[in-house]
Order: sequence, then structure tokens, then C-alpha cells
Amino acid sequence: MTDDIRNRIRTIIAEQAMLEPDQVTDEATPADLGIDSLGLVESIFALEEEFDISIPFNANEPEKSEFDISNMGTIIAAVERLVAEKGA
Amino acid sequence: MSRKKSDGPKGARPAPAASSEALADAGIKAPQVAGTGGLTGRGGLRRVVITGAGTINALGHDVPTTLAAYREGRCGITQLEFRDVERLSIQIGAQVHDWTPETYFNRQQILLYDKFTQFTLLAAKQAVEQSGLHFEGALGFRSGVVLGTAGGGLNTWDENYRAVYEEGKNRVHPFVVPKLMNNAAASHVSMEFGLRGPAFTVATACASSNHAMGLAFQMVRSGAAEVMLSGGSEAMLCFGGVKAWEGLRVMSKDACRPFSANRNGMVQGEGAGVFVFEDYEHARERGADILAEVVGFAMSSDAQDIVMPSAQGAERAITGAMLDGGLNPEDVGYINAHGTGTAANDKTECAAVAHAFGHHADRLMISSTKSMHGHLIGGTGAVELLACIMALRDGVIAPTIGYQEPDPECALDVVPNEARDAKVDVVLSNAFAFGGLNAVIALRRV
Repeated sequence: MTDDIRNRIRTIIAEQAMLEPDQVTDEATPADLGIDSLGLVESIFALEEEFDISIPFNANEPEKSEFDISNMGTIIAAVERLVAEKGA
Repeated sequence: MSRKKSDGPKGARPAPAASSEALADAGIKAPQVAGTGGLTGRGGLRRVVITGAGTINALGHDVPTTLAAYREGRCGITQLEFRDVERLSIQIGAQVHDWTPETYFNRQQILLYDKFTQFTLLAAKQAVEQSGLHFEGALGFRSGVVLGTAGGGLNTWDENYRAVYEEGKNRVHPFVVPKLMNNAAASHVSMEFGLRGPAFTVATACASSNHAMGLAFQMVRSGAAEVMLSGGSEAMLCFGGVKAWEGLRVMSKDACRPFSANRNGMVQGEGAGVFVFEDYEHARERGADILAEVVGFAMSSDAQDIVMPSAQGAERAITGAMLDGGLNPEDVGYINAHGTGTAANDKTECAAVAHAFGHHADRLMISSTKSMHGHLIGGTGAVELLACIMALRDGVIAPTIGYQEPDPECALDVVPNEARDAKVDVVLSNAFAFGGLNAVIALRRV
């Protein structure tokens, strides 16, 4: 289940970044992947649609968001948490 | 706004300021506008003055109430109240309260007027009344209206989409189209006052009103019209309107704090502002009370990004407006900022102002009244022009309220939290829209 979520997130981000999913490593930041602020907002929307979750994110203060976008690892962890909370 | 009689603009318009290196770098040249035959202004151009003003917005239903709010630093942002608001993640806005259209319009008019048209007509009536103008006879053929709006009849779209999609109805009211069209407000203003010259609507998102007023200025200055009603309106505070903005994730959930380091986004407002732009000689001959002179206007396009602003594009509009008005940077005492309270706008705007004005940037005042009336999108420049007129006429600079923490990237005098008494002779009003479309207007005290 967790691997499945991880792969689906990678696929979504890879599509946004126009990369292959295996190029989306846990250490990569959105900037590393060439995702700008509008691309990030679009990616977050795509994740919300894919998992039917609501991601708290304000583009004006991304660092203060409860949704940690530091790198792919933190994004995956945050999505997994939101998916788990939804199922709980 | 006090209504003392004015002696008219002081002296002749000065010769154009020598173009600065920044202007030359930006490739800006003096405007090439055909003269209209030996009139009073520079290069055969007419001088343009404002002889009437009207508004309705979250701060008040007229100009005096709005200016009082500017002086007090009163905030018009509250919890939003409309159908389905509980389904929004953003639930604050600068909404017009106690709006009863039946006070101003009959049943048939209400069926035809979307809220953005209602707001426009009320503001236009106030402005025309203050100007004392009547448009019967020849003047009507030499007068027109150009207004800005981004969303037009958005409430009408929203209500009727709900009816056919959500409620499954198969029939809508016959006036849906004439009610929602973006030019509806301009057309009704032309009908209300008998303005038979140029009449149209400009849609440049958050710069719509400034583009509209700039065009009105150019038309009176060139002699294409004697009088132009201009400004703009917006009524986007409905479920669909706010839901669309939520998607961009640039809206604040708690307050609009322009230039403050802890700002976290914009807050939407609604309302209208309308002004009477009049040929100076025409206004002088009839002894009109002149509120301010419109002296310069410039527009530019970033040609870069659909949402992220460019400091260079903004700077070209600022320096262009000064050059158009024959102004030196040192002449400018106050700027009404675009100042949306987003991370992107405020630092870009401050960089543009700092670069355009050089050392003088540290001596001028710049404030964002969006902290009080919210962001009226296509109507915002019109409501903000009232703060410019107040600065020139009453010597009161409207504050940027909600300011809490200095931001090194916005290190200008943003007139934090309290209005300030100051005598200024020239002011600018900035508008920088999504799509990279910039429009800046310069006004002078008379």
C-alpha cells in the first residue's frame, strides 16, 4: 500500500517535471526537479485529486505550511499521513 | 473630501523632464500623440482634470465615508456571507454590507443589473452629481465612458450555472446574457447619462481600472472627447468567484498585510469607483470644482509569465507615467501601491519603485489601501485613486494597515498603520496585473 502511494506520487511529480518516475528521488527538492511555484501549486492539486485529500498549502509562505515541501521524501511522508488520516 | 473652490491648476505644465538613463535603457520615448490644435497643454494636448468622484466598497457607500475610513485606518475585511460559503477554505473578504439595490433601482432595473452594474451606476451617479455636469445636447455627443472589470457579471454566471447544473433547471431568465456581459455596466452608464461618444470596457485583470482611466485620460487629452466617465467595478465575492481564487493558493485566511514580513496573501474585495475626467478649459469655464489634474499615464507588458510579476515591467510603467506627465522623480510625494500582500507582488513592486526613483525612493511614501478595502481586482485602481486624490487635496496619506514586521525586501516608507498628514504635489497609482500587464497613472494637485 505504502509503495503504491509512493509510486503514484512519483508518477504525478514526474509528469509535472517532465521526467521519468525513477528520476524523482527522495532527496530531490522541487527546484532540483525544475518545478516552479506555479508548478508546485499544480502538483499539489494533482495529488489532492489523485488521493482525494486536502493539502494545506499557501504559496505565499510555503515554509510555514503544515505540508512540508522541502524535498520529495517529505512530500511523500506528508501525503501518506493525509491518506492515513482520511482512512482513520 | 472637502469641496472648496479651486483656482484651477497652478501655472503651465512644465517642460518634460529629461529622460533618465533608466528610461533610455528601457527604450521609453515621449508619446507621439497627435495634437488637437493650439489648446492649453504641452505639445498641443489638452489638460485633463477630475471634477467628480463616486464609490461604493466595503469601507462605505460613498466617497466621504471611504475617505474617513482611510484616515482612521479602518479595515473593511470581515467574514464572508453568501450561499455555500461554508464550502470555501477562504472565508474572509472585503464585502459591501447593507447593500439594498431596491433603494436605488426599480424591479425591472434589478432584473437587468448584475451587482457589478449596480455598484457602477451608484458610483457614477455620485460622480456626475458632484461634477454638476448635464449631458443634454452637444456635450452628450462629445462625452463617453470607459470602465474596467475583470469578472463582469460573475454573480449572474454563478447563480445561473447553479440553476442549470446543480438544481437541474432547464430554463434561465431571458436577461442572463445582457446582465452578465462585461460591457453591461459601461452601457448602462451611457444610457443613464446620455453619453453618446466612446463607450467600452477594458479587461486587464487587476489593472483594468487603471487601463480604463488611462485611456479616458488619453481621449480627453487628445480631444477625442470632452468628458469621460471612467473607473471600474468588480463583484466577484460569490461561491464560484472565491473558489476559483482558492485554487491559486495565494489568498490569506486571516488578513491582508501588504509589505509586512509576515504577510500571507491577498484578500478579495468588491465595489466600484467612477470619476469624471474633463477637459480643463471646459471645467474652468463653467467654474467646476477641480479635485485633481491627471498628468501622466503609461502601460507596459512584462511579456514573461502569466502570474509572476516582473520588476522591470513595473518599472517601465512607473517611469513611463512620469515621462508622459513631464515629471521628475523628485516631484512624486506619494504612490498608492498595487500592494496585494502576496509574497511575489510586494517585493517585486518595492524593487521596481526603488530602481525607478533611486535615492528619492527613501523620501517618498508608498501605501497599500488594499489592507482596508481588499483587492477589488478589476475595480481596484478606481477605489485606490480616491486615496491619491485625498493625498493631493486634503494632505492626508492613507496608511497600510495590518503592518506588523519590517521586511528587508520592502524597505520603503509604507506609512504603517496610521494615516499621516503630508503635503504632496504629485502622486502615482500603480496597478500590475496577472498576465504581466502594468498601468500607472500620475495625478497633480490643483
